[in-house]
Amino acid sequence: MNLADWLRERLGLEALDHVIEKKRVPVHRHTFWYYWGGMTLFLFGVQVATGILLVLYYRPSADEAYESVRFLMTQVSFGWLIRSIHSWSANLLVGAAMIHMFSAFMLKSYRRPREVTWLTGMGLFVLCLAFGFSGYLLPWNQLAFFATKVGTDIMGSVPLVGPFLARLLRGGDQITGGTLTRFFGFHVAILPLCMTALLGIHLFLVQWHGMSVPPGAEQPVAAPKQEMKFVPDFLLRDLVGWLAALGALALLAALFPWELGLKADPYAFAPAGIKPEWYFGYMFQTLRMIPSRVLGIEGELLGIVGFGLGALVWALVPFLDAPDGRGPRARFWRVVGVLAMLYVVVFTLLVYRGGPS
Amino acid sequence: MKRRTFLDVFLAASGAALAAFVAYPIARYLVPPKAPEAATRRVVAAKQDELAPGGFKIFPFGGEPGILIRGRNGEYRALSAVCTHLGCTVQLRPDGQSIWCACHNGLYDLEGRNVSGPPPRPLESYVVHVIGGDVVVEKAKGA
Repeated sequence: MNLADWLRERLGLEALDHVIEKKRVPVHRHTFWYYWGGMTLFLFGVQVATGILLVLYYRPSADEAYESVRFLMTQVSFGWLIRSIHSWSANLLVGAAMIHMFSAFMLKSYRRPREVTWLTGMGLFVLCLAFGFSGYLLPWNQLAFFATKVGTDIMGSVPLVGPFLARLLRGGDQITGGTLTRFFGFHVAILPLCMTALLGIHLFLVQWHGMSVPPGAEQPVAAPKQEMKFVPDFLLRDLVGWLAALGALALLAALFPWELGLKADPYAFAPAGIKPEWYFGYMFQTLRMIPSRVLGIEGELLGIVGFGLGALVWALVPFLDAPDGRGPRARFWRVVGVLAMLYVVVFTLLVYRGGPS
Repeated sequence: MKRRTFLDVFLAASGAALAAFVAYPIARYLVPPKAPEAATRRVVAAKQDELAPGGFKIFPFGGEPGILIRGRNGEYRALSAVCTHLGCTVQLRPDGQSIWCACHNGLYDLEGRNVSGPPPRPLESYVVHVIGGDVVVEKAKGA
């Protein structure tokens, strides 16, 4: 008996073989969108690997954080590369997750029995944003300082629980070294734990239910099934995409290394041209455009409550849409999806055009 | 009550109690301790000749930033530098005619009144004294 067989017998790999052999991916005109979940997963893997490397040099305190990142960028061999890939990959990850989410929405992949898959996906998306928000503060630079100030202030204006939530996030009333330490804890311990659990459920459900076929692409039961094997056919195609993503990351990191900026100073004014990471851009732009009072309600509160309700409706769409994905109700939600995409794209672009000033 | 039911309820209650005993200290631990209220009511914001007319500086005032502005005629005024919208730190515009927050484009006049953009309230204004060579900023009475 050779080592491979010896291991197979002890690890029960036959069961896994069976799963691999059985897994199929439907082939139709929307198959392209199936690759985006895998792309998101790959970029998450890049984040885990580079994140672990960054922790080896990073020091989570107000006196040392900025200096440790500067040391990493200037003294450590390839430190600039690892950090730049981590930052770029974070941005591409949120982008890939958005594409994955919007395509799942438009193809109505959330229909029965995949409602929970959609909900866990929503949770994962929120976790990605939380990763982005908490990680942004860690270099302790000027932009990060104000981004965190605005971000936690927004949480602070949530009705009822806001002030408590803001204090809980900041570890006090102000953004201090204590906030930095806390965000580090969120970023490297609490969020990864939640992510692992939720991602595990999400991936399990995807295996359990198989890929959803969108309403327009369903075939008659009698027809021969249009599908491909996951291993090796789909996986090899996945790999091509991942390789391209890795190349893109290396290119972006080499051509546009992530800047460090100026060290945070609680007594400096907010620099002109300050803006958040692009994936918060549409919210930023909206908050900028809402007047201070709308019908007697504070504009900021209106925006925050609006975003909250919007996210809630978005998460609950599997229960609001038509179960078979057909008819006027299904069309209505398709229009909602298109409008949501338009809103996000247009408002994100407005940030970079300067918007009304 | 059946012995079985009693045991089930007893076990569940014990489990819940145990979970509460573990969760309560963790929840309390996560909430940061209340820092004593910063009692600062007055602070030396600058030396008298530090700012040129038309200049400004951000100074620490009880854990928060304040803005000290020297007008064209040499007079001083001081306001809270915390934007009433989302808490960014404001600055004097280069033209010296308005106070501006770069984060969401909020605009105040030199009295701190919110003029345009998202800020919902005016900036708190402080009392300024020049004592010896120091510019002393003080919270207004009742503030």
